[in-house]
Amino acid sequence: MTQLLRYLFRALVLVAVQVYLLNKVPHLHRLVVPSLYFVFVLWLPFSLGRPALLLIGFFLGLAVDYFSLTPGLHAAACVLIAYLRPYLISILMPRDTQEFQYPEPSVRAMQWAPYVVYLGVLTFLHHFYLTFLQWLSVGSFWSFLGKTLLGTLISLLFILTVDLLFPRQQSYRTNTA
Amino acid sequence: MRNVLLFIRRYHTFFLFLLLQILSWWFLASFNRFHEARLLTQAQEITGAINSRYDRVEDFFQLRAENQRVHRLNDSLLNLMPKNNLLVDTQRVVREEVAGDSIRRIRRYVYRAATVIYNTVNEEKNYFQIDRGSDQGIRENMAVLNGDGSAVGVIVLVSPNFAQAMSLLHVQQRVNASLKKTGDFGTLEWDGDHPDRLLLKGIPKSVFVKLGDTILTSSYSFNFPPGKMLGKVSSLTTDKRTNFHIIEVQPAANFRNLQQVFVVENLQMNEQVQLNQDARKRIEDPKNRRP
Repeated sequence: MTQLLRYLFRALVLVAVQVYLLNKVPHLHRLVVPSLYFVFVLWLPFSLGRPALLLIGFFLGLAVDYFSLTPGLHAAACVLIAYLRPYLISILMPRDTQEFQYPEPSVRAMQWAPYVVYLGVLTFLHHFYLTFLQWLSVGSFWSFLGKTLLGTLISLLFILTVDLLFPRQQSYRTNTA
Repeated sequence: MRNVLLFIRRYHTFFLFLLLQILSWWFLASFNRFHEARLLTQAQEITGAINSRYDRVEDFFQLRAENQRVHRLNDSLLNLMPKNNLLVDTQRVVREEVAGDSIRRIRRYVYRAATVIYNTVNEEKNYFQIDRGSDQGIRENMAVLNGDGSAVGVIVLVSPNFAQAMSLLHVQQRVNASLKKTGDFGTLEWDGDHPDRLLLKGIPKSVFVKLGDTILTSSYSFNFPPGKMLGKVSSLTTDKRTNFHIIEVQPAANFRNLQQVFVVENLQMNEQVQLNQDARKRIEDPKNRRP
């Protein structure tokens, strides 16, 4: 129950920060578009089933969409990363779900290098798909490329900063218990 | 049949993924084309309630700029007062001699005040949300003016208590604009590049344009009242390939701190649009083609 409330609170805070802070402050440059809300999908527990991941991603994206009036845009990107997440985890950490010693992906659970690769790949995919869908209706190829790459970098910076500033408390799970 | 069911069960995650993707695309496509968003009017009631709470805090920091806009508008209205002018004596006699009331005025525009509760300038398609909806008389396609009377957008979606407007900073936005000095008209657009730079297209090179020239809403516009400030010419480039000026316009409204706005209703808009459609139909329909 506390766990559920914690995740709900995290989702609310992330959506609020995205909608009222990152979407509203004037950006450094029009190609540097930070986004942070999708980190909720990346931080969901290892033990969650894949259909549940997809549905959570869809509704998280839809929540951001209804605030920014782009119905379906963020939802599509979130569903994509929610779908690819389990594959990436199994590549980076080849083991059973039962064997994970921490409940959710973090530096301590995955070590620095695999964790940053995990964040980087999914952040890139999220931005790539998001700007690709925007590009279909408007924009030039160079703005698409620039937005994807610079957006990925700035978002990665934001995610790592948040990760270091607000350490998530996770209990170590042992097999002896 | 059994094999098909087994196949679906085996790859149910993938099918769920496809289903959700298609659902998202459908949402996106129907919104981009018709501004007809699935479930959006219901969702807007919720987002609107949250946005208006947030806006109460944010408004506090924009009070000074808002005050200046209101003061400017008051200034222009004070100059319109009938008491500023002296009546010419003979006019009264003339008026009484006319049988019917030939100077009767027909009301064309109705202004309604509203507050902007959510707004972005960073996207290529920017919208803002206001705290008035269909219950307060707001309809689609009404024009939105800033606190000082400059044009800022057009209403595209209405729910009972909130409405969403397409800002001038939207790549699909087209506003009929005219040069104040010469009256030549063109189209004001945005290329999604920079929030301080709109593009005025369709002004031929034969028209003499200078930096700093005022751009107003044209009287040919169906939703915007004529003569409202759109912006000033900020840069002028000559392109030898076309016969038209390439004019960049600094918008009069600061889209970063929209707060109090007016929604303008053109009471004759339906009639104008209907007439326009009927005329096209009559001329272009092969059955009605004149010999």
